[in-house]
Amino acid sequence: MTARETRYFGKPVRRNEDPKLLTGRALFVDDVDLPGMLHAAFYRSPYAHARIRAIDVSAAKAMPGVVAVYTAEDLGDYWQPGPLLVPPPPVHKMPVFNKRTQVPLAKEKVRFVGEPIVLVVAESRYIAEDALEQIDVAFEPLPAVVDVEAALAPDAPLVHEDAGTNIAAHVIQEKGNWEEALAAADVVIERRFVYDHGHAAPMETRGIVAHWDARMQTLTVWDTTQAPIPIRNGLAGMLGLSEHQVRVIAPFIGGGFGPKIMMFYQEEVLIPWASMQLARPIKWIEDRRENFLAMTQERYQIHDAKIALTRDGKILGVWDSFLHDTGAYIPYGLTVPLNAQCTLLGPYVVPHYYSEFKAVFTTKAIVTPYRGAGRQHGVFVMERLLDIAARELGLDRTEIRRKNFIPPDAFPWDNEIIYQDFAPLVYDSGNYEPALDKAMEMIGYRRFLEEEKARYRAEGRHVGLGIVAYVEGTGIGPYEGARVQVQPNGKVIVATGVGTQGQGHFTSFAQVVAEQLGVPVEDITVVTGDTAEFHWGTGTFASRGAVVAGSAIYEAAKAVREKVLRMASEELEVSPDDLELADGNVFVRGAPDRALRLGDLAIAANPLRGAVAPDTEPGLEATRYFGPPRGATASGVHAMLLEVDPETGFVRILKYVVVHDCGTVINPLIVEGQIHGGVAQGIGNAFYEKIVYDEHGQLLTASFMDYLVPTAMEVPPMEVAHVETPSPWNPLGAKGVGEAGAIPVGPLFAQALEDAFDNAFEVTEIPLSPQQVWALVHGSKEKQS
Amino acid sequence: MKPPPFEYVAAHSVEEALDVLVTHGWDAKVLAGGQSLIPTLNFRLAAPAILVDLNPVSELAFIEANGMLRIGAMTRQRTLERDETIARLAPLITAAMPHVAHPQIRTRGTIGGSLAHCDPAAELPAVCLALDATLVARSQRGERAIPARDFFFGLFSTALEPDELLTEIRIPPMPPNTRYAFREVARRHGDFALAGVALTLQLDEAGRIRAPRVALFGVHDAALLSESAMRLLDGAAPSEALVREAAEAVAHDIEPSSDIHASAAYRTHLAKVLTARALRDALGDALGHATE
Repeated sequence: MTARETRYFGKPVRRNEDPKLLTGRALFVDDVDLPGMLHAAFYRSPYAHARIRAIDVSAAKAMPGVVAVYTAEDLGDYWQPGPLLVPPPPVHKMPVFNKRTQVPLAKEKVRFVGEPIVLVVAESRYIAEDALEQIDVAFEPLPAVVDVEAALAPDAPLVHEDAGTNIAAHVIQEKGNWEEALAAADVVIERRFVYDHGHAAPMETRGIVAHWDARMQTLTVWDTTQAPIPIRNGLAGMLGLSEHQVRVIAPFIGGGFGPKIMMFYQEEVLIPWASMQLARPIKWIEDRRENFLAMTQERYQIHDAKIALTRDGKILGVWDSFLHDTGAYIPYGLTVPLNAQCTLLGPYVVPHYYSEFKAVFTTKAIVTPYRGAGRQHGVFVMERLLDIAARELGLDRTEIRRKNFIPPDAFPWDNEIIYQDFAPLVYDSGNYEPALDKAMEMIGYRRFLEEEKARYRAEGRHVGLGIVAYVEGTGIGPYEGARVQVQPNGKVIVATGVGTQGQGHFTSFAQVVAEQLGVPVEDITVVTGDTAEFHWGTGTFASRGAVVAGSAIYEAAKAVREKVLRMASEELEVSPDDLELADGNVFVRGAPDRALRLGDLAIAANPLRGAVAPDTEPGLEATRYFGPPRGATASGVHAMLLEVDPETGFVRILKYVVVHDCGTVINPLIVEGQIHGGVAQGIGNAFYEKIVYDEHGQLLTASFMDYLVPTAMEVPPMEVAHVETPSPWNPLGAKGVGEAGAIPVGPLFAQALEDAFDNAFEVTEIPLSPQQVWALVHGSKEKQS
Repeated sequence: MKPPPFEYVAAHSVEEALDVLVTHGWDAKVLAGGQSLIPTLNFRLAAPAILVDLNPVSELAFIEANGMLRIGAMTRQRTLERDETIARLAPLITAAMPHVAHPQIRTRGTIGGSLAHCDPAAELPAVCLALDATLVARSQRGERAIPARDFFFGLFSTALEPDELLTEIRIPPMPPNTRYAFREVARRHGDFALAGVALTLQLDEAGRIRAPRVALFGVHDAALLSESAMRLLDGAAPSEALVREAAEAVAHDIEPSSDIHASAAYRTHLAKVLTARALRDALGDALGHATE
C-alpha cells in the first residue's frame, strides 16, 4: 500500500501500552478484587489413571470458612463433556476420529495427574487449600498410558474404554504419488525422529474471576483467555443466559502462547457456575504447580520419515508416518498434528508427499497448540532430512535448500493437502532465496567454513554453524471485526474482539488507524478483549491478530477516513481529492489554514438538532469485518554459531541471526520483539525445557526448578533482518509473526552441533541436554577408537 | 501453593529464638532468608507448628576480622558477594557467590540459612569445607564450635540439634601462597549445580602442594571433601599428570544420584572434569607448560 511512505505505518513506534505495564498499573485478572469475593481451589487427581470409587467431602465441608464443596454429582445436568473446539478436518482419508473431550469434574475415572475432581469455595485461598487436605477420595489405580507406542499395543490399557482403542485419530494426506518418487530416486534417506515440544510456562498463570450480579442478572467474567468472545458465547449457552447477560473481559494477560485459547477449561466452566449458585464473586488463580499439571501442553511426536532425491539433490518426494501424543482428551481436534503434517513441506518443492499420523490418547495433560503448534515437529523432520541428504550427496547444506526452494514466480503455490483452517494448503506469496543469502551474509557462512572453523579448532574449541529455513502458515480465518470511532475531543477509539497477551496490539493497531486518519498514535486508544466493547470475533491465535484484526481495523479506519473526506469536502467546498489528513485535522492541500479538527467533524456528525441525512449514520464511526480467503504464509531463515564444550556437553551461542519475511511490517520494533521472544522459547525447547513424566504418569517437572525456561543468561543477543514479500490476500499485505521465532530452533541446534564435531554423530531428537550432547560426543569418540 | 497454618514468632535476639527452639524442638523451624523454607511450606512439603523468624535479630548480621574471619549467620549472601573484607581474606567466597542463584535470591538468602539447610548441590557448604571453616551453634545448653567437615551429614541433615541455632561461621586466615579455585556447571546460570568444586591448596617453598582441600558438591548426599584426591595432592609436585590423577580419584569418594537433569555417571564425569579444571585454575603458573 502506498501509505507506507508516511508517518506511522511501518515505523518503529514505541509501544503505547508500555508505561502502564512497566509501572505496574495495568489490570491483570488477579488485580480484580470485589467485595464479598470468595476463593476457589481444586482437589486434583494424584493418579494418572484410576477409577474413583468414593469421594468423601464431609470433613472439608465442615471446616470454618468453607462455603461450598462441589463434586461431579453436585453439578447435575451442568456436568457435560466440553465442546470439540476444532471438528475433524475434511481430509480424504480419516479412518478414525474419536471425539473425547474433558469433563468439568472427573466422575468415574481420572485420566491425568492434575485432573480436577472436587471444587472447594472458601473465604480465602488458604482455607480452600486447607480444606483440600480434608477430602478423601478412594481410588482404584489403573496402569498409566505414558508411551505412545506402548499405547497402541493390543493389550494396552485404554484411556477411554468405550473407544476400544487409544487411537484418537488416524489421518492420511497425500500429494502426487510417493511410489513414483521412490521409483525415480537415486537416493532415499530414512530416519526416525523424535521431537518433543514443551510447556508454554507463561509468566502469568491462568485465572478467572466470575461475578454473578443477582439484581442485574448479569455475569461478568475476567478470564486470562485468548478468545473472550467464544468464551462469552459458550458460557451463555451452558448457563442458559443470553449473550448480552454475559460479559467476558480478558484484561492485560501475561502471555498466552496458545494454551490460553483452550475452550473450555474445567475451571472456566465451573467458576462462573459456582458464582451463580452462591450469588457471590469467586476468584480462582492458578498456582504454578497447577499450571504445570493442568494447563495444556505440547509434547512429542515420533516420525518415521523418508526423503527421495535425485543425485543432484532435487527432492522427488517425502514419506512420513508419525505418532502424536494428544494426552487424555482431544478438545482442540487435530490442529497440532495437522500443522506438523503441513509445515513439514516448508519452502520446498515436494512433488510427491505421503503423510500419515495417528493421534494417541495417553494419561497425561491435554495437548493443544503452543507457539508453533506442531510446526516445529514438521520443520525438524524436513530440515534434518535435508541435512543428512546433503551429507550423503556431498552437497553444501545451503545449496540443497536453494535448489529446492519454490521459485518466486510460482505463487500462489498449492501443496494439495488440507491445512488446520480446513482450506487447501496454498501459499500466498514468498521469496526465499534473498532471505537465505542475507542470513548467509550475516552469519558469515563462507568465512566461517573456510577460515574461522579451523582457527577455532586449532585453539581446541568446537564451534559449529547452523542454518535452516522454514515457513509458517499464519493469519487464518474465519474473520475478525473492528469499530473505529473519532471522539469529540479528536481522539480515536478502536475496538476489536481479539484478546491481547503482550503482542503490542495497542500500538500496531493504532498505527494502522493513525495512517488512515492522520491522528498521532498516542491519541488512539485500542480496546481489546472486552465483549461489552465488541460483540463479534474469534480470538488471538495462529499468528492472526495483525493479519485478520489488523485488516478489519484498516477497513474500518478507511471508511471513517472516507466519511471525513466527504464531510470536509462539503464544509470546505473542495474536492475530496484536494484534502489531506494530518495531526488530527483535515485540510486543503497546500492551504493548511483551511482546516477542520476531526473532533469538530465528529460533533457535526452527531447533531442535537436537525436530522442525520438518510442512509448515513451518526458520528465518525465505522465497523468493518475481514475474513481472509486463506492464511498468509510467512517464512524465514535462522542461522547461528554454537560453541560446545566437548568435556561437559554445555553449549554457548556465539551468534544468532534471523532473516524473516512477515510481509508488510507494521512496526519493526514489535516484529523484532516477537522474534526475540520466539527464539528464546525455541532455545528453551531445543536445549533446556523438557516435560518429563515417569512410567506412572507422574509429572517430574512441576516447578521452575525442574522445568528449565531459559533466562537472559542463556538467550543471546540476536541480529534480525527483514525481507518483505507482501501477502496479496489482505489489504495490509501483512503476514503473522507470532510463532516464527520459535519454529526452526530445534533443527538449527542439531545442525550446528553436528557441524561443531564435523558430523561425527547425528542428532535425531529434540530437546537436547548437556548430558545428551556429552553422550553423543563421547559415543562418537568411542566409535572412532 | 499456600502454606498450612503455622504460628509465627519474630525473634529479636538469639535468646528469644533459643527459647522457642527449646520449647518446640523439631516442631519449630527457623526462618532466615526463606528462599528454601517458604517454597517448601507453600508446596506443603513441610508443616512446622511454629516459625521463628531471625530477620529482626540484628546481632547475627556481621562480618568481622581480627585474625579469624567471623561471619554472622544472618549475613545476606549479597553482602558476602560484595564485601571487601571477604574479598581480601576469603576470596573463594567472592568467587563462589555469583553462582549462588540470582541477585534477587542472594539479597534475601543468608549464609547461615544455606549452611543449615544443607542442600547437597548448594555452593556455600563446599566453600566452608574448602576454607576449613568452623560453624558455631548456640543453645541454652551453651555454645559449641563444629568443624565444617563434621557439620554436613547428608541431604538436608546437619549436626545441629533441634534446640540449637547456627549463629556464626569462623574462617581461619589463609596462609601465604594459598591458591583457590571454584568451578561449577548448572543447567542454567543460577540453578543448583549438577556438579561443582571448591578448593584451596598451598604451595610450599619447594613448590609442592600442601594442605589441599578439595570440596565437591552436587555429587553426593551432601558437600564433601575428597580425601582420595587430597591424599594424592598433599606433598606432590604440580603436574598435568597429577591433576588428571587427582581428578580421577574424586570418583572414589562420591556417590552421585541420578535425576532428570543428570545421571550418576554423568555427574561423576563432571566432578572429574571440574576438579581437573579447578586444579589447573589454582595451580596456574605452577603447572608451567604442562597444561594442555
